[in-house]
Amino acid sequence: MAEYFALEGYGIYVWPSYGATALVLAGLIIWALRRNASVRAELAELEARNARRRKDAA
Amino acid sequence: MSATNIKADGKVNFWAFANPSNFMKLSGALLPWVTAGAVLCLAVGLGWSLFGTPPAFDHGEAVKILFVHVPSAMLAINTYFLMMIASLIGLIRRHPVSHLIAKAAAPIGAGFTIIAIVTGALWGQPGWGTWWVWDARLTSILVMLFFYMGYIAMWNAVEDPVKAAELAAILCLVGSVFAFLSRYAVLFFATLHQGATLSLDQEQNIADVYYVPLLIMIAGFYLLFIALLLIGVRTEIRARRIRAMRLAEA
Repeated sequence: MAEYFALEGYGIYVWPSYGATALVLAGLIIWALRRNASVRAELAELEARNARRRKDAA
Repeated sequence: MSATNIKADGKVNFWAFANPSNFMKLSGALLPWVTAGAVLCLAVGLGWSLFGTPPAFDHGEAVKILFVHVPSAMLAINTYFLMMIASLIGLIRRHPVSHLIAKAAAPIGAGFTIIAIVTGALWGQPGWGTWWVWDARLTSILVMLFFYMGYIAMWNAVEDPVKAAELAAILCLVGSVFAFLSRYAVLFFATLHQGATLSLDQEQNIADVYYVPLLIMIAGFYLLFIALLLIGVRTEIRARRIRAMRLAEA
């Protein structure tokens, strides 16, 4: 097992490569989902407020 | 797809998808499938790349970096081309969604560019004996990263979104020179970087044991990109709606 992870000594280059890739991709995914959630929530709140206002006006 | 997207002669009206509500409908339907495809391809591709490929005679086990370096470098450059086309369409035909596609693509493209540079350095050290060289291909991809950052900064710096979209689009077009250079520098200049790993018009110059898992990883990266892009554009369309509603209130 340890021998596999050493990858003939290239492990010190291979694993950081996969690690950096995973880190950046995870960052992109988390950022996209969080921003999406906050914008959706803000829009829902605005629409609810507008609906209330229309109801009050009627 | 609504009936208005089909013209009288039966042809699909592509431009109808530039309408934000049509885009929301179509992207909402596509998103789960694209996401599932991305997860599947990346899981299979990752397992295959790490545990199913032999060491190469010239790169040893360092060849495993190929499976993250090549897809991210492809996406880094192709995302810029996508932004260039979207910016052009946005400038010429003034479709609102077009600029938003470019805007949503920028952080994703910048992310892939960073992955390509970092994994390239980690491969350069054992492969060439150096982390970095200032040659045509490496330098142009670094400059492309700066254009990605400048593009994102432009959107954030200009208050009026219509003006921001136009200025960012022009900046994107200027930087596209470096996207072309990143792709084709290996052909024109003497560079340490090897030629293209994959191409449509040349013979395959990579053995099948690496080629098949590489293709799966490329598919996974592309699908992930599309999923992130759809989410990003949906977010931008909603943010635009919020802005319009706030302006109407004020």
